[in-house]
Amino acid sequence: MAKIRTHLMVCGGTGCISSGADTLITELENILVQKGYDKEVKVVKTGCFGFCGQGPIVKVHPDNVFYVQVQAADAKDIIEEHVIKGRHVDRLLYVEPIENQKMDLHRDMPFYKKQLRIALRNCGMIDPENITEYIAFRGYEALANVLTMKREDAVKVVKDSGLRGRGGGGFSTGMKWELTMRSPGDQKYIICNADEGDPGAFMDRSILEGDPHSVLEAMAIGGYIIGATKGIIYIRAEYPLAIHRLEVAIAQAREYGLLGKDLFGSGFDFDIEIKLGAGAFVCGEETALIHSVEGKRGEPTKKPPFPSESGYLNKPTCVNNVETFANIAPIFLNGAEWFASIGTEKSKGTKVFALAGKVNNVGLVEVPMGTTLREIIYEIGGGIQNDRAFKAVQTGGPSGGVITVADLDTPIDYDSLKAIGSMMGSGGMIVMDEDNCMVDIAKFYLDFTKDESCGKCTPCRVGTKRMLEILERITEGHGTAEDLDNLQALAYMIKDSALCGLGQTAPNPVLSTMKYFREEYENHVFNKRCATGSCKALAKYSIIADKCIGCTACARVCPVNCISGKVKEVHVIDQDKCIGCGACFNACKFSAVLKP
Amino acid sequence: MAIKSLEDLKRIREESQKKVNLRETGESTDDIVELMVGMATCGIAAGARETLSALLDETEKQELTNIRIVQVGCLGYCHSEPTVQVNLPGHEPIIFGKVDDKRAREIITRYVMHNEMLEDSVVINTFVKA
Repeated sequence: MAKIRTHLMVCGGTGCISSGADTLITELENILVQKGYDKEVKVVKTGCFGFCGQGPIVKVHPDNVFYVQVQAADAKDIIEEHVIKGRHVDRLLYVEPIENQKMDLHRDMPFYKKQLRIALRNCGMIDPENITEYIAFRGYEALANVLTMKREDAVKVVKDSGLRGRGGGGFSTGMKWELTMRSPGDQKYIICNADEGDPGAFMDRSILEGDPHSVLEAMAIGGYIIGATKGIIYIRAEYPLAIHRLEVAIAQAREYGLLGKDLFGSGFDFDIEIKLGAGAFVCGEETALIHSVEGKRGEPTKKPPFPSESGYLNKPTCVNNVETFANIAPIFLNGAEWFASIGTEKSKGTKVFALAGKVNNVGLVEVPMGTTLREIIYEIGGGIQNDRAFKAVQTGGPSGGVITVADLDTPIDYDSLKAIGSMMGSGGMIVMDEDNCMVDIAKFYLDFTKDESCGKCTPCRVGTKRMLEILERITEGHGTAEDLDNLQALAYMIKDSALCGLGQTAPNPVLSTMKYFREEYENHVFNKRCATGSCKALAKYSIIADKCIGCTACARVCPVNCISGKVKEVHVIDQDKCIGCGACFNACKFSAVLKP
Repeated sequence: MAIKSLEDLKRIREESQKKVNLRETGESTDDIVELMVGMATCGIAAGARETLSALLDETEKQELTNIRIVQVGCLGYCHSEPTVQVNLPGHEPIIFGKVDDKRAREIITRYVMHNEMLEDSVVINTFVKA
């Protein structure tokens, strides 16, 4: 008689689905049926493995072989060669770039070696749409235990663990829960902030897609502690897959009596509803989020009063980030001491980062606090693409700053990054190389925050717009020295006077890039030059007279006819007419065109 | 199906664990007993699939959790197919030949559980692997 002896775990995160994981799964299932192996081999759609740059990913258990960049056409080989004949499909193995070695064990890969997956523990191990698999890996056991504890004892565990808010604020989760617990109120609420507005961040999305129950269980635990019988998940509508997985998870939890009335016979009722956000960055700020849930326009309000006293519908409310919740169950299962033994003195546990930009290994990584930036970018990230030189890494999204080569050995935690002018934020990490223009980067972030400003307070509404105007003038070659001074003064003013975190941190990218890359700003303003060529208005090409042989190849491709010169004579580019398109650079076979 | 106590939860967990156990053993590096079943052409022709099923079934019957059963390619002993290599932690790997359903179950109950050698089934290593 046949029994399931192999599991083919296929990554079903949004990234891999967009690369064809669904077709791959259907193909695998069809071939298994065709060959008569469908009773022995199970195909499981699981959560994000994190190695997004190499997706779609297939992991074979129990053989523990890790296949990368798998397409639907490869399904046949995986089944015929590996499943049936036990021979690994070499060409689908990951090739480690430094030694150029094929690797099949994922724990040996440099990408995974330094990672410690706590929040992402189940992503890649379970089928997120099957509650029994979450239970098989000790799911809901923490909740069962907490319901037998006194609330004061339970909150002490969270405080002792040292867990701090993973949304970026870094406030002690235990303390927040204790404050809300102590607030008097006939109805309290616990809200999960799944808005994840930072561009380029997908940590929360991956947790919700790959392990939704971890959040549901933690919300129930939090609800019990603070005394809330109602939980709300505020998730942006742009995450359809995460929403679907949450809906399935909530329905299954209700079916199994793990949400609803009298959980585990303790007398505690708790249920969760989902509220969709419309993708406004400002709704990630807790007071704006609460107003959005109430059905009002997402605008922040002054604190105090803090939500723990008066929040949703003026009742005591606790708002926590998805990743914060994902850490709760392991803290109760393994103990506060275990969690506190990981990380640095003031920042305990691990942090999930979305590593993006010009690194070789783009994806989701979870490392203990205290890991250095250098380790993340060079060891886990595999270094800079195409062997270009590292310039800076932007952390904390539009609220953060840039970090340069000099500070690469800084161990990452909440306080150390703040000390060097950036912040950890929610975990976005964008790596930049020598071809990125820092003024352009500042302009990009400010364009974003200006768009997302809710408009309530003048410093942010008008201030971000004025800062953007100055940056646009600079990148178009009309900047002046006064602009630089005004930019800086405005930045400090807005930081001091804006009503909420959006405005207070919007100037950070500008201040940070001005501090470390002042010469780039001055080059744009005084020399009207952009060294990287990113600012199109300033990029001018020129011809090196010694190398030019007068072949006219460049003049023929120039779209604005700004190159003059007779055949076999040195050519010249008219600097005023040049639009910086680079066609001449590509056309020249004698390296005679100088790229700006 | 409603879970009303920690016992209910544990019951569901035990049942579900059996289904996902092979993922955990796949990840672990501790004292896992590894059984490799030769599933090349000669192996399959000689009945290695039934051998594999028997091993899986007996493991479940005996409720052993630290066992990893994988299929591999040709082990080289085509004259004695179906072959099974057993890696007991701390012992030299042993290859058993002509392993049918009955022998497969004995490998589990006698060799793996009690380290009792099955002399008449052992295949002598006649060549050195690279």
